[in-house]
Amino acid sequence: MSLTDLTLHSAAEKLRAGEISSLELTEAHLARIETLDPKLNVFLTVTAEQARAAAQNADEVLHAARRSGATPPPLTGLPLALKDVLTLKGIRATGGSRILENFIPPYTATAAQRLLDAGSVIVGKVNCDEFAMGSSTENSGYFPTRNPWDTARVPGGSSGGSAAAVAARLALGALGTDTGGSVRQPASFCGVVGLKPSYGRVSRYGLMAYGSSLDSIGPFARTVADVALLFSVIAGHDPLDSTSMPTPVPAINFTADLRGVRVGVPREYFIEGMQADVEQAVRAAIAQLQTLGAEVVEISLPHTEYAVPVYYLIAPAEASANLARFDGVRYGPREAADSLWEVFERTRGARFGAEVKRRIMLGTYALSAGYYEAYYGQAQKVRTLIKQDFEQAFAQVDVIACPVAPTTAFKIGERSHDPLAMYLEDVFTLPPSLAGICGLSVPCGFDQQNLPIGLQLLGPALGEDKVLRVGYAYEQATAWHRLRPGL
Amino acid sequence: MMLSLEEIEHIADLARLQLTPEEKELYRQQLSAVLDYMAKLRKVDTASIEPTASVLPLRTVLRPDVTRPSLKPAELLANAPAAEAEMFRVPPVLE
Repeated sequence: MSLTDLTLHSAAEKLRAGEISSLELTEAHLARIETLDPKLNVFLTVTAEQARAAAQNADEVLHAARRSGATPPPLTGLPLALKDVLTLKGIRATGGSRILENFIPPYTATAAQRLLDAGSVIVGKVNCDEFAMGSSTENSGYFPTRNPWDTARVPGGSSGGSAAAVAARLALGALGTDTGGSVRQPASFCGVVGLKPSYGRVSRYGLMAYGSSLDSIGPFARTVADVALLFSVIAGHDPLDSTSMPTPVPAINFTADLRGVRVGVPREYFIEGMQADVEQAVRAAIAQLQTLGAEVVEISLPHTEYAVPVYYLIAPAEASANLARFDGVRYGPREAADSLWEVFERTRGARFGAEVKRRIMLGTYALSAGYYEAYYGQAQKVRTLIKQDFEQAFAQVDVIACPVAPTTAFKIGERSHDPLAMYLEDVFTLPPSLAGICGLSVPCGFDQQNLPIGLQLLGPALGEDKVLRVGYAYEQATAWHRLRPGL
Repeated sequence: MMLSLEEIEHIADLARLQLTPEEKELYRQQLSAVLDYMAKLRKVDTASIEPTASVLPLRTVLRPDVTRPSLKPAELLANAPAAEAEMFRVPPVLE
C-alpha cells in the first residue's frame, strides 16, 4: 500500500511505532502533488520547504515520544491542506481572489494554529471559489480545480480544492469552509467525508469572512473517524472569536449498530428534477441505517422551499459588508488612479470576479434604503421559521438523513452561465446552514457515470457526536470509503 | 421586475465598483432574474416572527478592558501597495 493511501489514523499508528517517518510520508505526498497537480489544479501555494522542516521536527517529537513512552500530539507528522481563505502567518493567502494576489498574512488562523499545535504538516493552500462564493470552484480567480474522478468535471465548491486534495490523495486531510454547503457538497462530489460543524463550534479568527452569521470551518478526510479526529482538534471556544461557543466538545462514541437512534427523512428533500440515481443511492443508504437498527420516520421541514431566496439575500448582504475592506489601500494590488474613490472603484472593479461582484451588488441592493425591510428584513424572519423547522424535527428524531445535492458532479462550464441555476444546486445544504446546525456528508454510492454520491446526515446545533456516530456505523457497514479515483 | 440602468449604477456606486457597460447590462439582467425569484418570500406570513440576527444564544461577549500586545505598525504596513511613515499612502480625495 502506498503511503498516500493511508488514513490519518493508520498513518499516525505507523508513525508512532516508528515504521515510517513523517519525512517519508510528507515526501510521498509532495511527489504526488508534483505529478498530479498539473492535471487537477488543486493547489494555489505548495509549501514544500516548510512541510519538510515541519516533518523533520515531527520526526524528532515522535522519536522522543517513543523513548519516553509519552503520547505525541494527535496529528504529529500528518500532511494536511488548508483552503486559501484561512491564514498562515508568512504564507501567501489569496482567498481564491485576484484582489489578494500577493497578500502575506501577519497572523495564523486559530483553526490552523490548532492543527499546527497538534503536530501536523501543512503541505499547501488549496483552491476555492473566490471568497468562498460558489458551488463549483469555477469562480476561483485563478483556475478551476478538476474532480479527481473525472477531470472534465467540477469538484464542487466552494471548498473544491480541499475535497479534491483528499480524494486524489495529495493530503491525508484538509480544512475547508461551509457557509451554504461548501464542505458538504464538494465532499459529496469527490467521494470523501466532510463535516460542517455547528456555527460557533470552530473559531473563525483568521478566516476571511464571507457570511459572518453562517461561515463554519470544517474538516475533510477519507473516513469518518479521521474527520472526527480533525474536528476534535480544531473545535472549541476561542477568546479571539466572540461568536465561538463556550460549550465543551463532546467525545464521540463510535458504535457499529444504531439501535435506539431515530432518523428523520424530510419529504421536502426528495424533489422533482433531482437525479434519479442520486435519490436511489440515498434511499438505499437510509434503508441501510434501518438494517443497522435505526428507527426511520418521515418528517416535514415545511419552509425548505424558502431557503434559496433567504440565503441568497442574507449571505450576499453580509458579504457586501465583509468585502468592503478590499479597497486597494491596506493590502492587495492597487489599480492606478488619481483619486481615492477611483482607487476603490477601479481596484474592486478590476480585481473582483463576476460572481463576487454579483453578490456584492445583490447584497448592497437588499440592504439599501427603501429595500432593507422587504428583502433583508423579511429574509431574516423567514430564517427564524427555517430554524424552528429543525428545532421541531429534532424534538422527534436524533438525526436527519437526506441527499447532499440534487445531482452529482457536473461538467466544467455547464452551469456557469446561469447564476440562479447554480444557486438552486444548494437546495439541500442551505437550510441547515441558515439554522446553524451541523451536517456530515458521507459517501453512499456512485451514479451511472461512476461519479460519487453523498448522504447528508444533519444533527442539532452542537450535536456533531450524533452525526459522526451514525456516519461511522453506516461507513463501516459499506465499502464506499475504500474506493479511490483511478489517478 | 426589471432593474433600470440607473438603479444598477446607483448600487455599483454604493458598492464602489467600477463596471463596464457590458457588466452593467449583464448584472441588470441577472440581478433582475434573481430578485424575481426572491419574490416568493413575500408569500410567507412573518407578522409575528422575530428576525434571526444570530443563531447563537450569545449576546455582547465582552473581555476585560485591559490593553494587550497587538500587531506592530511594520507588520500592518507590510502588505500595503503604498506606505510612508507608518501610514498608508493614498491619492487625494477629489470630488
